[in-house]
Amino acid sequence: MSKIIKLRKGFDINLAGKAEHKVSDSQHANTYAVKPTDFIGMQRPKALVAVGDIVKAGTPVLIDKKHEDVKYVAPVSGEIVDIKRGEKRKLLEIVILADKTMEFESFAKYSVSDLAKLSKDELKEQMFKGGVWPNIIMRPYGVVADANDSPKAIFISGFDTSPLAPDYNVIYKGEEQAFQAGIQVLKKFTEGAIHINVNGADEVNPIFLNAEGVQVNKFIGKHPVGNVGVQIHHIDPINKGDVAWTVQPAGVIQIGKLFLEGKFDASKIIALTGSEVANPQYFKTYGGAAVKAFTQGNLKQEHVRYVSGNVLTGENIGQEGHLGFYTNQFTILPEGDHFQFMGWIAPTAKKLSFHRAFGLLSFINSSNKEYVLDTNMQGEPRAFVQTGAFEKVVPMDIYPTHLLKAILAEDFDEMEALGLYEIIEEDFALCEFIDVSKHNVQAIVREGLDLLQYS
Amino acid sequence: MKFIRNIVEKAKVPFEKGGKLEKYHHLFETIDTLLFVPNQTTGQKGVQVRDAVDLKRFMMTVIIALVPALLFGMYNVGYQYYKAVGLTPASSWDLWWVGIQRVVPIIIVTYVFGLFITEFAFTVIRKHPINEGFLVSGILIPMVMPPTIPLWQVAIASVFAVTMAKEAFGGTGMNVLNVALVARAFLYFAYPGQISGDQVWVYLGNHTPVDGFSGATPLALAAQTLETGQNVVASLAAQSADYSFANLFYGLIPGAIGETSVLMILIGALILMVTGVGSWKIMVSVFGGAYGMALVLNAVGANPYMAMPPEYHLVIGGLAFGAVFMATDPVTASQTETGKWIYGLMIGILTVMIRVLNPAYPEGIMLAILFMNVFAPLVDYFVVAANKKRRLKRATV
Repeated sequence: MSKIIKLRKGFDINLAGKAEHKVSDSQHANTYAVKPTDFIGMQRPKALVAVGDIVKAGTPVLIDKKHEDVKYVAPVSGEIVDIKRGEKRKLLEIVILADKTMEFESFAKYSVSDLAKLSKDELKEQMFKGGVWPNIIMRPYGVVADANDSPKAIFISGFDTSPLAPDYNVIYKGEEQAFQAGIQVLKKFTEGAIHINVNGADEVNPIFLNAEGVQVNKFIGKHPVGNVGVQIHHIDPINKGDVAWTVQPAGVIQIGKLFLEGKFDASKIIALTGSEVANPQYFKTYGGAAVKAFTQGNLKQEHVRYVSGNVLTGENIGQEGHLGFYTNQFTILPEGDHFQFMGWIAPTAKKLSFHRAFGLLSFINSSNKEYVLDTNMQGEPRAFVQTGAFEKVVPMDIYPTHLLKAILAEDFDEMEALGLYEIIEEDFALCEFIDVSKHNVQAIVREGLDLLQYS
Repeated sequence: MKFIRNIVEKAKVPFEKGGKLEKYHHLFETIDTLLFVPNQTTGQKGVQVRDAVDLKRFMMTVIIALVPALLFGMYNVGYQYYKAVGLTPASSWDLWWVGIQRVVPIIIVTYVFGLFITEFAFTVIRKHPINEGFLVSGILIPMVMPPTIPLWQVAIASVFAVTMAKEAFGGTGMNVLNVALVARAFLYFAYPGQISGDQVWVYLGNHTPVDGFSGATPLALAAQTLETGQNVVASLAAQSADYSFANLFYGLIPGAIGETSVLMILIGALILMVTGVGSWKIMVSVFGGAYGMALVLNAVGANPYMAMPPEYHLVIGGLAFGAVFMATDPVTASQTETGKWIYGLMIGILTVMIRVLNPAYPEGIMLAILFMNVFAPLVDYFVVAANKKRRLKRATV
């Protein structure tokens, strides 16, 4: 019944430092943070707590004044120790010092059969209060969903193809029941289907295989085939005026647990990856965890970059930083702030390249070779020159260069017509990686989405 | 390497913000970045690692692809010289020496006036980094010149091309027309005496040529058959034993410096295709378009030039050079993959049309490419419009 969709375009970045299939429960972070910057589209963040306040896991700590119903809650119980602000008093982080034993806010608890009887409004209210609503992302724009929309379908990507991505068989093991409950809740919000897109090349994760009331689609291909945006394009593309929702499996599980267990459960398994990690493996922790605990004594060297997320879409958070709300991956890379003598022409097979221009020999390596890449720009920014390359890493019927130029020209009609509604940053991340002219492609995409959304 | 880096760091100081030579910051940066890839790292958010490619390497690949044709061009200048003046060279080194003496000054003049004067001036005035584009243009311009070209004309053409064809539009990546072809077109219309006719394609020095020397290129001979009514192949053979098909392919014939040897150009084409730097679609479609158009003219067959076997069109004149190195310029060509096929085909078709149907211009490739440079955005417009239409149709279904 499920169809297999094969995509030829794309590029796999095979990095050194894959997480070993071992989940450790030994390291615990001291502090956890809620970061408004994780929630793209949050326009007027407001902290609901002050330094010194005591919170439980599930206590609201943050809202967007434009959508006051949707609460952003504390992942753990403890004391608010810091509220970090940046330029113009922009709210950056609400930091919580965690208690030794966790206390939870209690929400209404339902059995699986009771859950089916709840109305959409009752579900919505509990999701707002219980802090799980931000798991639902809306397309177009890739921002936290608006509950007043009725999405034409909900999409869940069941695998991640980005570099060093965590294995969903590891991080979602044993969560079948919560996942199914989450699906049941989401089902009430759409008249369309709930699509779960799985990797057709692998055995299907039992958590997805046994899910009921969903449409399972199989995808085969290279990155970005695991991106939900690419999958939507091939199943039921987003046109002007359409709204679709996307949720990560972790979000579905969190929603399910809120109703089954009556608590906001921020626990998650994260993959600690990257070439500079001595023992790359999985850790059990909570959302927003400070990363220091996992890296101390576990690094090969000190001059590294701490990335919340993967190397294509992640964020540099620094040694003292906290993981993002949506991420289940943490990557450590060598910093690349060094000069390379004649590095622009010296032949090399060590540096990865999608291209085969003179001296770039990585294409002759076996596809199993693992690369150690640092954060150097590998060149200087220039105007667009090369053509035809972006198209090879965007497996969609979209002209990336034309779309990007339309955004730079702030041409609204062109942006719409060329398909900006169908993408968010991550779908063009590979363009940014392979770009000969070193543009910040993802920032340009967001600029365009902001233009369309807010003006 | 640390030692060299230290020297650069020390030299850098006056060029930095607030320094005495701040105005020339980008000039210094050019030299600095040629020596060292900078230590700049990726941003806070977005990709944290970057592909090893950059524009310098990209452009350098084109230069490497040009080297076989350039070296052969130098040799050929000497070969044609000795043949025309009736002297016997003592060794093949003599051939090389004549060619080097002729070609290297042209290259130097192109770089000095195009890069060191014009580009540097724009860099300082417009405060933008030096673009690598001229590295390639600086080799391409000499290669499309006849070996007898006066150096002052090369200088004017380079300055004109960089200023009017490139910097006026904002620099590499923004230009509409191929810079090297603009240089050639400029001379073609401003000083036609030194870049067209039968007397410019063979360097003679101060010597008078031997009896019976004509210096006419195969293209010119082919055009002459319109008046004489002779068969083109026969008239080529009658002119010189060098004008056999095989020799036209190998390239020991009079012509612009880099364009005579189809063999060497194809080696370059192979480099561009394997590295993916030049679009194979454009190359194939230019050759295909020219061949197809020649076949059509064969079918008409109203005069001997129309009846010339199609394969001759591919080996005479600058068609191969233009197809491989000029038409594939990514900035001025079509940018969509479908558009590239149309763009290339049109260049091939137009080249043969200009050659055969308009004998006022013996060579058509230059004008055909410039013409299609102008129309490439229009081709893309329609290809992209089809994409938009697909999206719109989906929305209303």
